[in-house]
Amino acid sequence: MLTTAKALGGTALLGAGLTLYSRQAASLPPTAIRPPGALPEKAFLANCVRCGLCVRDCPYDTLKLAEFASDVATGTPYFTARDTPCEMCEDIPCVNACPSGALDKALTDIDESRMGLAVIVDQETCLNYLGLRCDVCYRVCPLINKAISLDLQHNRRTQKHALFIPVVHSDSCTGCGKCEKSCVLDEAAIKVMPLSLAKGELGKHYRLGWKEKQRAGESLVSPDAPHEFNLPEGYRYDYPDKGLIKENKLQQQPFSSNPLDTLNRRESEAQR
Amino acid sequence: MRNLNYPGYAAVQSHGLIWAYRWLIARRLSQLGILAAFLLGPWFGIWFVKGNLNSSITLDVLPLTDPYLFLQSLLASFSMTTDMIIGAVIVTVFYMVVGGRVYCSWVCPINIVTDAASWIRTRLNIKGVGTGLSRANRYWLLLLTLVLAVATGTIAWEHVNPVSVVNREIVFGLSSMWLVLLAIFIFDLIISKSGWCGRLCPVGAFYSIVGKLSVLRVDAVNRDKCDDCMDCFAVCPEPQVIKPALKGKQSGHGSMIMSGNCTNCGRCLDVCNKEVFGFSNRFGNNAKQSSTMEIRS
Repeated sequence: MLTTAKALGGTALLGAGLTLYSRQAASLPPTAIRPPGALPEKAFLANCVRCGLCVRDCPYDTLKLAEFASDVATGTPYFTARDTPCEMCEDIPCVNACPSGALDKALTDIDESRMGLAVIVDQETCLNYLGLRCDVCYRVCPLINKAISLDLQHNRRTQKHALFIPVVHSDSCTGCGKCEKSCVLDEAAIKVMPLSLAKGELGKHYRLGWKEKQRAGESLVSPDAPHEFNLPEGYRYDYPDKGLIKENKLQQQPFSSNPLDTLNRRESEAQR
Repeated sequence: MRNLNYPGYAAVQSHGLIWAYRWLIARRLSQLGILAAFLLGPWFGIWFVKGNLNSSITLDVLPLTDPYLFLQSLLASFSMTTDMIIGAVIVTVFYMVVGGRVYCSWVCPINIVTDAASWIRTRLNIKGVGTGLSRANRYWLLLLTLVLAVATGTIAWEHVNPVSVVNREIVFGLSSMWLVLLAIFIFDLIISKSGWCGRLCPVGAFYSIVGKLSVLRVDAVNRDKCDDCMDCFAVCPEPQVIKPALKGKQSGHGSMIMSGNCTNCGRCLDVCNKEVFGFSNRFGNNAKQSSTMEIRS
């Protein structure tokens, strides 16, 4: 009886400790990226059997197994983009090697994998933001112009040059980490983050008016009221298209070069 | 007069050193051989077997999965792949034939460390502080790991499981396992006799249950010849399993060790000067002695 109580007490204590530890161990650090096709982290930790077959079949030694008592759950596979990024093999050997389904076999096109999402974490040091033509992250991207594109902007510092701003597109970025690996800075300005960290999310009730309008073919709210501009005579304003329009039928200039004409105009008009 | 310097001394004297350690040598070869098979790939590029003891693939065709891990993963995820099921069934059937805890004594790398602790303990006559840890504790721990798998929805035990940590880190060239091994070694040496394998390890507890009905058994077939030297009790990691078989003739107990806790390590065969013990199959337990046979190494 006493022995059983002791055993139960000890076991309960151990259970509490193990639960707390497992909770802490399950908090994946943002620099550790799961292999392609990995289930969401919690499901991953329920399915992954820590056999390391994915690591064995990774031809580039990208994947590592987490050491005991390290900050990644013991024995699970991960990679660090800044050290060795994923080379995005077309046959996805890591997923094929996985016996447990922790890496989902439904992933057959590596371009569809979402290991994470690249984010320009520092616009203050990114060379392209500073107005230089580094472009390295853009050039090494396996999905160049889809996952990363360069957005042409005016350089307001020099007033005469362009900025080529790298923009990551979450609908194409696989999170392979080649951009982070190749960032020329001492500390990368572009980093791959877990999607949960990298992505914002609109409220479920949000609708973007212009998209709804495009989908429906017309505005879903009441038709746009024509805007009334307080313009000089003979001028019109077309907001979406042409801007300020000078009507040709107006023969003379609205204002004479002689200021006195303007001063006297109201009088002369009244006389007329 | 028998020299009682150490258990097995008499066997060494009468049969020679190799004979008195034959099963131990075989086990070490098995344990190290399994590690070597896993290391052939990373060290020499010969990929005979890939993975680790949790789950592996041999020659790219034979999947093997630890059924205990399989069970935890099933409880945590409520989903399973065919590969895992096939692998777990093969392993389970294998251990139901050769004895569940053959995993402990012939495969598990930690056994080498706990055996070493036990060996030093005996030689130095360390009594230890003792913790009053019952041998039933491991079943509570086993239950705990299964409950935690359901409760946390993850394979919680795998965060700390020394058995898989040590095997994995050897095979994959990692080094945190030394901490684990040292902790277990000290625990077994100073704190509790057979403390890890015999009282705590839920992996062993699981395989005890798998081996409850296993075929291959140690049989005290010549128990009449026993001269009460107690060497077998001294070397056995689970000495409580010997008594009914060896001393149970009057109470009508068969000569076969039927406990699932027996690891089929064969140390009792090694140290017995009188060759009381042999390996046999469970179906011979109630039959006459002539139907049992010793399987020699």
